[in-house]
Amino acid sequence: MKEFALIFRLKDIADFKPSPEQMQERMNWLAGIAAQNKLVDKGNTLLPVKGSAKVVKADRVVTDGPYTEIKEFISGYVIIRAENIDEAVEIAKGNPIFEQVGGNIEIREVLKRD
Amino acid sequence: MTAVICRHFGLNHIAVAEDIASDTFLKASEHWALNGIPENPVAWLYAVAKNKAKDYLRHLHVVQNHSERNNSLVEEPAIDVEIDERIIRDSQLAMIFAVCNPAIPPEGQICLALQVLCGFSLQEISNAFLTNRETIKKRLQRARQHLRNNEFSLEHLSEKHIASRLDTVLKTIYLLFNEGYFSETHPSAIRKDLCSEAVRLALILTENSLTCTPKVNALLALMCFQISRLEARINAEGKTVLFEEQDRKMWDQQMINLGNYYLIAATEGNDISKYHLEAGIAYWHTTEDKNKWQHILRLYNQLILIEYSPMTALSRAFAISKVYGNSEAISEVEKLQLDSIYHYYALLGYLHSTIDKKKAIENYEKAISLTTSPAAKQRLTEEMARLQ
Repeated sequence: MKEFALIFRLKDIADFKPSPEQMQERMNWLAGIAAQNKLVDKGNTLLPVKGSAKVVKADRVVTDGPYTEIKEFISGYVIIRAENIDEAVEIAKGNPIFEQVGGNIEIREVLKRD
Repeated sequence: MTAVICRHFGLNHIAVAEDIASDTFLKASEHWALNGIPENPVAWLYAVAKNKAKDYLRHLHVVQNHSERNNSLVEEPAIDVEIDERIIRDSQLAMIFAVCNPAIPPEGQICLALQVLCGFSLQEISNAFLTNRETIKKRLQRARQHLRNNEFSLEHLSEKHIASRLDTVLKTIYLLFNEGYFSETHPSAIRKDLCSEAVRLALILTENSLTCTPKVNALLALMCFQISRLEARINAEGKTVLFEEQDRKMWDQQMINLGNYYLIAATEGNDISKYHLEAGIAYWHTTEDKNKWQHILRLYNQLILIEYSPMTALSRAFAISKVYGNSEAISEVEKLQLDSIYHYYALLGYLHSTIDKKKAIENYEKAISLTTSPAAKQRLTEEMARLQ
């Protein structure tokens, strides 16, 4: 079994606050992974709002948030366990955000630092 | 009583304490048979135990002096064996923490708790575990070795010990309760005994401000809700009655109220443990709320995120069927890959029964072939017969 990080990206800040129904669907998806004993880390939400997001660039220039320049912003991540990347992709496909608000999920195999 | 006497002798003399306790009860049975039960039996018992403990200490003192060839000057030692209600309570509490030593495997802790804290005999413990006496005896010997080796002081239960062992204590109580509540093979009398002993131990924890945590209250709430259905759960022939077929009038409303009381006490602070979630699920089961399955599913989602267990995964899938329908639940169950436990096929059989009878029967057959419990076999066979 390998571990994969699923990194969520949303397009619009307005999508960041899901309705209770959307929240329930997302929870069902996450708990469904845990029910298969394939959840390594339920991860966290990364706040995209002013005062909670900054970027430090070359020459230590600090800007507000990542969302001023790029269209998509990272909204959170989880880490799952799967046989291979194809299985991880299948799990990601089941995520309800595609029907709810769009956005994308990046799947990256975790290489552990020793 | 063993706990109270051990407080004076220390855990390495637990055998002496147990002898004194059983001598006391022997004397009581003789004396009470002739003279009737005294007005305050508890005080009577502790008075006798106190004297026996004093005698033992005096005897020890004499023997020690004698061996030191100093028997000409036997000075009466100041022996004070103090016993009052507070000491009884504190000793029992401390003994719970002594027994729940993380170095002792969980099943050893439960056996030890039943013996030392609940006064079960070797035979009663073997019955409770459906294991022969020899196995239990060995298990107890190993566990007691740990107990004696430990420098655990019953007199001063420290906050450090409480903090580091409280989770183990709760787990042991939880397992003890489940042993009584879920076993399909025990006679109902034993099941009730195990459940009420678990509740009694948890109640001792609520009586001390250091151990009366939200988690303890959540566990108590859970046990109260479960016990409220104990009578309805087992029919006249001793068989388990499924939740949906239970006669709600047989649910014990007083226990439900008690469960509500402890559940409210459990909400102090921000701590959400698995006991909170399980108590929440058990609470919703006692209600007739039309959205209750949505609440139950939400709690199962949280529970499985805290701790994976195959039974939680299956119960969650059942909740999905109640909220989203059987087809949705079937695809969720099929992902679980729990094909070595019969509950997996039993649930699939149940879910298919409204959609595809042939598949339902196939699954029930697989479930029957996987279980060794006669009660479960019979229940599944009945379910299958209903479809044919």
